Amino acid sequence: MSRPAPFSLPPDGTHPPLAYSAYRSAGLRAPAQPPVLLPHRLTEVTGPLLGADRIGPSDHDLTTQHAGEPIGQRIVVSGRVLDSDGRPVPDTLVEVWQANAAGRYAHARDNWPAPLDPNFTGGGRVLTDSTGTWSFTTIRPGAYPWGNHHNAWRPAHIHFSLFGTSFAQRLVTQMYFPDDPLFGQDPIFNSVPDADARQRMVSSFDLDATRAEWALAFRWDIVLRGREQTPFEEPHDD
Amino acid sequence: MTDRPGLTPSQTVGPFLSLGLPWPDGPDVVPDDTPGAIHIGGIVFDGAGEPVFDAVVETWQADPAGHFDHPESSSRTGFRGFGRCPTDGDGHWEIRTLKPGPVDGQAPHVDVSVFARGLLDRVVTRIYFPDETAANAADPVLAAVPAARRATLVAVDHGRGDLRFDIRLQGDGETVFFTV
Repeated sequence: MSRPAPFSLPPDGTHPPLAYSAYRSAGLRAPAQPPVLLPHRLTEVTGPLLGADRIGPSDHDLTTQHAGEPIGQRIVVSGRVLDSDGRPVPDTLVEVWQANAAGRYAHARDNWPAPLDPNFTGGGRVLTDSTGTWSFTTIRPGAYPWGNHHNAWRPAHIHFSLFGTSFAQRLVTQMYFPDDPLFGQDPIFNSVPDADARQRMVSSFDLDATRAEWALAFRWDIVLRGREQTPFEEPHDD
Repeated sequence: MTDRPGLTPSQTVGPFLSLGLPWPDGPDVVPDDTPGAIHIGGIVFDGAGEPVFDAVVETWQADPAGHFDHPESSSRTGFRGFGRCPTDGDGHWEIRTLKPGPVDGQAPHVDVSVFARGLLDRVVTRIYFPDETAANAADPVLAAVPAARRATLVAVDHGRGDLRFDIRLQGDGETVFFTV
């Protein structure tokens, strides 16, 4: 059987190492044995193509999922899903979840004493359009303390889950906000070895996407792995 | 010619993934009245042998004929192929599915991603089937795994279409994980 074109391995320093002692929860969960390389075959280059049937009517607007409006700074977050060849990934599912404006998750196991917001659950889903573009409306999440080390605080972030078109491209990550003073002490942010790669998790303020008298806006492009490159051949029509 | 954009790094799903990821029908790769349906499930353990109660297990597989619901499959099937189940308070996950067929010279298998608090990136493993001794012995992926650890990739048959596949993230009997 001929093998399908594999997806390229990520450059060193792009993804965090699993064993990362500054992040305490990794201690008993990161595998101790080295992973075995799995060359991509059909199972890895295919993957679930989840469509519009997975999206509910208010999944794109986290401020409209309850009877009232949530407290907080209303924001529009948008961007594109691309692969590392620069090609947009159309019609792919983007899932998000986040804390409320006070930095509290609507989750039974989040028990730090910041207020819950009865009008905010914090989960959303959207599908990219034909240009790979996605957008959702939410409120800006707050920072929150956690028990990782003395006086540890997570920088404000939104969790993202991406599928692309293949099992190999599956990605779960977090989007941060520009100029957060908490980056320096956060082991999760700093678990990414490469400084440029870390900055690719930080969104930009996007004045053009703000909605006058309604919402501020942030922009963030997400880049998934592309196919392994063969020598570049582009047709020239000039 | 534009520069190739750099990849977005992975980050942990954190402890509150259940706000964003589960679906009511996530574990139902096939509906419950499907003839031949099997259950595959188990417990996710940490390095101290404690159950991991805040993980999510995702599965991807071919249909019984070895085809995927994907344009790169030689014959595209309508079989969803995707399962997703968060672990419960006992670290247990389970999906209902059909046994996949062989794929391109490989033994029947299910690709698995595990996400959890404490995992800065997903870990990937594969489920193989205990009634496929000959096909497993010829499988190129299993052949690349140290022989003493191969058994961690083979589900245990509990009878009546019930297969057990525990995932040990670290320590004794650590599951084999793959770089994909």
